[in-house]
Order: sequence, then C-alpha cells, then structure tokens
Amino acid sequence: MTDASFTGLVRLRDDASSDAPAVTVDSFAEQSNAGAVRIEPGDDTRELLPHLGHVTRVEINFPSFTDGRGYSAAQILREAGYTGEIRAVGDVAVDQLAYMRRCGFDAFQPDKPMNEADVEAAFARWDHVYQKTTDARVPIWGLRHGLNDNAGADG
Amino acid sequence: MYKYDQYDQRQVDTRVEEFRDQTRRRLSGELPEEKFRPLRLMNGLYLQLHAYMLRVAVPYGTLSGAQMHALADIAEKYDRGYGHFTTRQNIQYNWIKLEDAPEILADLAKVEMHAIQTSGNCIRNISSDHFAGAAADELIDPRPYAELMRQWSSFHPEFSYLPRKFKICVIASDTDRAAMRLHDIGIQIVRNDAGELGAAFYVGGGMGRTPMIAPCINDFVPLDRLITYAEACLRVYNRYGRRDNKYKARIKILVHELGAEEYTRQVEEEYAHMLEQGVEPPFAELERIKTYFADPPFESGLSSDVDRSDSDFALWVDRNTHQHKADGYVSAVISLKPVGGIPGDASVEQMHLMADLASEFSLDECRVMHTQNIVLPHVKIADLPALFARLDAAGLSTPNLDQIDDIIACPGLDYCSLANARSIPVAQKISERFAASGKGNELGQLKLKISGCINACGHHHAGHIGILGVDRKGTENYQLLLGGSEAEDTSLAKITGPGFDEDGIVAAVETVTDVYLAQRSDGERFLDTYRRIGMAPFKEALYD
Amino acid sequence: MKILTGNDLKTGEVIWWTGTDWSLHVNDAVDVGDRADEIAAREEAERRVNVPYAVDAETDDQGIRPSHIKERIRALGPTVRPDLTLKPADPTAGNWVI
Repeated sequence: MTDASFTGLVRLRDDASSDAPAVTVDSFAEQSNAGAVRIEPGDDTRELLPHLGHVTRVEINFPSFTDGRGYSAAQILREAGYTGEIRAVGDVAVDQLAYMRRCGFDAFQPDKPMNEADVEAAFARWDHVYQKTTDARVPIWGLRHGLNDNAGADG
Repeated sequence: MYKYDQYDQRQVDTRVEEFRDQTRRRLSGELPEEKFRPLRLMNGLYLQLHAYMLRVAVPYGTLSGAQMHALADIAEKYDRGYGHFTTRQNIQYNWIKLEDAPEILADLAKVEMHAIQTSGNCIRNISSDHFAGAAADELIDPRPYAELMRQWSSFHPEFSYLPRKFKICVIASDTDRAAMRLHDIGIQIVRNDAGELGAAFYVGGGMGRTPMIAPCINDFVPLDRLITYAEACLRVYNRYGRRDNKYKARIKILVHELGAEEYTRQVEEEYAHMLEQGVEPPFAELERIKTYFADPPFESGLSSDVDRSDSDFALWVDRNTHQHKADGYVSAVISLKPVGGIPGDASVEQMHLMADLASEFSLDECRVMHTQNIVLPHVKIADLPALFARLDAAGLSTPNLDQIDDIIACPGLDYCSLANARSIPVAQKISERFAASGKGNELGQLKLKISGCINACGHHHAGHIGILGVDRKGTENYQLLLGGSEAEDTSLAKITGPGFDEDGIVAAVETVTDVYLAQRSDGERFLDTYRRIGMAPFKEALYD
Repeated sequence: MKILTGNDLKTGEVIWWTGTDWSLHVNDAVDVGDRADEIAAREEAERRVNVPYAVDAETDDQGIRPSHIKERIRALGPTVRPDLTLKPADPTAGNWVI
C-alpha cells in the first residue's frame, strides 16, 4: 500500500463550521433554540421542520451503514428548504458518500477516518445520474430532453 | 429492444470501475468482508457453497442474440461451461472467482448488460411478462414502463439501503404470467373508462417465509406519475419498514401490520408531497423509450397452417407455442426442463444455439421466463418445423410447457448456502418418474415448484403442487403443499401435513396426481379440482 | 472433532485448515480443538480465507466426515453434477453426502 492521507471530517461547505453541541430530536422539541440537532434512524424528521430556522447543523447518525433511513431524513430536510449543514456521522464509509451527497448531505464525519484519495474518487465518479433528488444535478432524462447541467445548477 | 445511449453506457461503465475499485480494496485488505458484502451483493456477487456466484440482470427478461452469445462466452471463459436461468428472469453463474468479477462486468457492459442490484437490500431487476410485445391478449407492451423504472431504480441514492430487498414487476394484460401480485410492487398497466392508460399498483406481496398476496392500493395512477408514485411507496417503506428483524423487514410485513388502508393513506400523503418535487421524467422520455419497443417488422399474409404429420412436432407445437398478436406468428418456448435434467441450466453450446435461433427465427430476440425456460417471442408459424428440428438435435425440444415436469426448482443445497435441502434431485426424480409411467401426459396443466428452504426462491407457495425442503435434525425432509397459483387467480398453497423423505415426496406427488385423475371433472386442471374438492381427499390418500 | 473451513478469498473455493495451510480436500483437515477462533482470526486477517468457521466432524473408514450434510456437499461439490465435484470419475460420489 502506498502512503495515504486520512481525514476525519469532510465538509463540502464554504461557511464556518458550527461547533454547537447537537441535541436529540426529543430534547430539541423542548429547547428549540438549540443550534444543532442530531437525528437517529427512528426519529421522525418531519417533527423538526417547523423549528429549523435557527439550526445551522443537522447531524444524521448511521449506527450501521446498512440502515438507510438517514438518506430519506436528509432528503426530507432539503425538500423542506433547509439550507444549513447536514452531516452524516457514525458508520459512514467512502462507498456511501456519493449517494449521501445526492440526498443532501454536505458534511461527513465517519467513526473511522477515510482515505482522502478515495473520497475524491467517490465524489468524482458519477458523471451522470438517473434520478432527480434534492441536489442540483440534472438527471439523465433532463439531459436527453434539452436541459443541461448548468441550467440545473442555477435553478 | 432498448438500446443504451451514451448516458446509459456511461452509467454501466462507471459501475464497472466502481466495483473494480471496491474489489481491489477488498483484496488488499482495506475493505473487510462485512463492509464489502453489501457492496458485492449490489453487484450480484454472492458467496455460495462452492464458490462465488454471480447473478446477471436480464431486465424484464429480454435478450438479443448477441447478448445471449455473450452470456455463453462468460460461462465458457469464467465459469464451468453452463449458466442457470432463475425465477427472476436472470442468469447466474456458480463458479466465479472474485478476482475475475470486475472483468466479467466489463464484458457484460460491452453488450449493454450488467449485474447491478441483482442482490442486496435495494430495488432489484424489474421483471415482466415474458410474452410482452408479442402476446395477443396484452393491452400494450409493458416493457417501456419497466425500462423507465429500471433507470429510475438504478443507483437510486435514497433507496439503496432499504430494510430488505425490493422486487417490482410490470405487466399489461389481465392474464398474469409474471406472478405480479407476489411482488413488493406489482404494476398492471390498465385502461380506465375514459380510455386512458394508467397503472394499478399492488403493494406488499411476496413469497418467502410469510407469503402474502399484494392488495391493490391504487387502481389508476396516471402514467406520467408512475415514478412519483413509486417513489412515495418506497419512501414510506424506507422510513417505516422494520429493521429490527430481517424476517419481518419486507414491505409485505409493513403493509400487513399497518393495514393496507393506513399504508395507502401514508403513501398518498407522501405522493402529494412528492408531486411538488419534480421527480417525474417528462412524458417525452417515456415516448423516447417506447420507440425502442415498437413492433418489429412483422410480415403480413403469412400462412398459419401447421403440418401435423410428425406427432412429436405436433405435440411440441400444441404445448410449447403461445398465441401471437400478429397473424402467422407464434411465441415458441424452449424448455430447459429435459426429463431428468437440472431445471433452468443451459450449457455454453445450448446458449449459443438459442442465440443463433433468436437471430434466425425470432427477429433477434429471446426472453427468459420466470419458469426458467427461454422464449423465442416472434416465430413465423411456417418456420416452426425448421426450428423444432434444430432444437430437437440439441436436446431442447421437450414438449412440457406448464406440464408436471416443467418444474421450477431453486438451486437448493447443491449450490446455495441458505438452503436446507436439495431441490434439483427431487425435480429430477419426479420428472423421470412421470416420464417413465407416461402418466405425465394425462395431467394437463400442472405447475410444480420446489424450494430448498423457506426463502421460497422456487416459488413453492405458488405451485399447484409445491414442495418445500426443510432440515429435520440434519436430514433432508420435504413438505408438500397444494393449491397455489402465481397467475391472475393468485392463491397461496397450503401444507398437506407431515413431511416426507426424498423418495417419499416423489411418491406423494404421484399420490396427489392420482387423486386428481380419479376426481377431476371435464376440463378441470389439477388446481381447479383441488379448489373444488378441497384438501381432505388428498390428505386422506397421503396419510391414511 | 472440530474442523475449520471457509472459502478462498480470491477464488471462492471451499478450503479446509490442515494445521499449516489450507486444502481443497476435507480429508486433509485437522482437529482444531478450541483454537478455531484464534486460527480463523489470524488467517482472515492474512486474507488467506474468507468467512472461516468451525464445523463438527467425525472420522470413519473413508476419512473425515463433516456432521452436517451442507458441509459434506461443500466438501464434495454439487451432487447433481458429479463431473464438477472433487471426484469427477465417480458418478456415485454423491451418495457420500447422504
């Protein structure tokens, strides 16, 4: 193996990273001035939607990478117009990054650091996508019927 | 047939590169097995009893001659000279090396094929009617809708780590040849009173250890909302499907526990929300896909006369051909169920021959049936004698479509790490026994399906006669089930009683067919007689 | 006795622990006693085997016989394709698994 650099936090945002402690969804309901909240797989993300105005970071926990509820949680937040950070935490690996990003995640803090070269490769891998999600990418059906990537990114 | 454009090709090529990288990291030790396993499964790669097994997707069962040739080449180059056609209209290879798997995927990509999502807790290969685009009784060719859903479901970022696997089927005729209501989502393209086409959604069916028939949750989803509605069905499942127990994780359990009405309410609510998200491809995309499935150039004025002077040929025509929508054509079924053979297996030579025959006789198309046979969908009736001669010379002319020896059998304990008992030897013995006695010819349509474990890959719940292999204190034991159907009259088979050993189950099948022969009324199939007289006479003959 | 088995990581072939290495032949297997976990962990870490596990076996006049039919089929090959088993010349080899 060649020498590799490893990273504990991958962040695709330009704004300053908030270090507010993340509270649980349950306690968030009581102290809804908290700046960060952490969603567990069984939580109903939609309960948070009315209170997201001052939240700068949502952490979505993956106790196991095979539990895919967090992908829907992130999509629901973005569909509701939330523009703050959505950070995947827990059992997150490089093989999940591309799909997570498509669902609206823009920060990744795995339990086990990831190889930086693999992270770059994962984000660069898919030139095209089949589905419309909450990222700005124009799906293949859009490209086939006259939309282009830039138009999608602006819209 | 659908043809990839630059985008489809790029997607499949990218997947090959991704899996090549994942395999490299597995072999170098960067990726431990527990992390690699879900990734290899999403590329169809299992670890089975004797080796890795690779399952290749055959979307909605449709193959060109060149694709069938390529499948044969893979069997020759990377496997041990044969492949196994499956009840999901796919093909699997039993002797694959992990280090070869990326190359195999690259070979597949060259003929617009892949192994994407043929396993794993994601949306699997979309299945369909094996006579699609040919059957006289269909409303419209269902495959464009299946292809639309294939693209939508491939690499779906939100639905790739579902609670459990997810199988979708699309048909477009009232006759169900694809076990539609035994899928996680079964879709039937229908026409409403206003003459518009739409999709009826049946959600929450399945076989496995808790078989369920899917209820209809929406009888008319407009075709330009197909993806949006499916997305809503999946999102409710992804969020609320059980993850605490893998045996209760299929959507059928969610639908059952919530009740169809409550599940439907949640889907409709999500659907209303999803309509705002713009996830539906434009109708022009469906129209684009449809152009690939336009009718091939059928000739007109063809003769429909058949020279029946050769009785073997006449029997094969009667049993193994299906009515076509164009005059002078039929769909011809190539049986992969020779007497005493392994259901669904085909050698390299047989695959090459079937590929050639597809090119010569069927406008370069063939289909994989969920019953593990191959269809040549568009054969001129005038060509049938020549086709039959070629098949006969290769041992592929067994005239047994839907007969008792047209047995569905999973690989069972001869190959599968999940199995409790062998399936194939039981199938072999049954077909040999009925062939030797000649009794098989008296039985008419009789669908016999064998699974080597409760996961039900052999569809035993849906057999007119079903057999389930179980492990009884370390020895193989077989339960007998009666009365199932995967067709439009879907029903689930019931267990007769205590199980049998291997010879016992073969004798038991003969016993129940004897009851049928003694009790049947004119024109009744085995299933009809069972439904009329019930379980009791069969139990009496078996156990008293 | 307890014997250790798994599949070769690269080829997927069924293999049995011989005390020093891995063999395709169950008759080469050794009794690992209570050392199965230790050997399995080491060999898996060295990537010489994939998902190793211990199984019960007995010895009879033909050699080592795994106690469960599944392991006997793994040791031999598919009973319905004698030509693809480890005893291709013996069409009745499948009887051993029963």
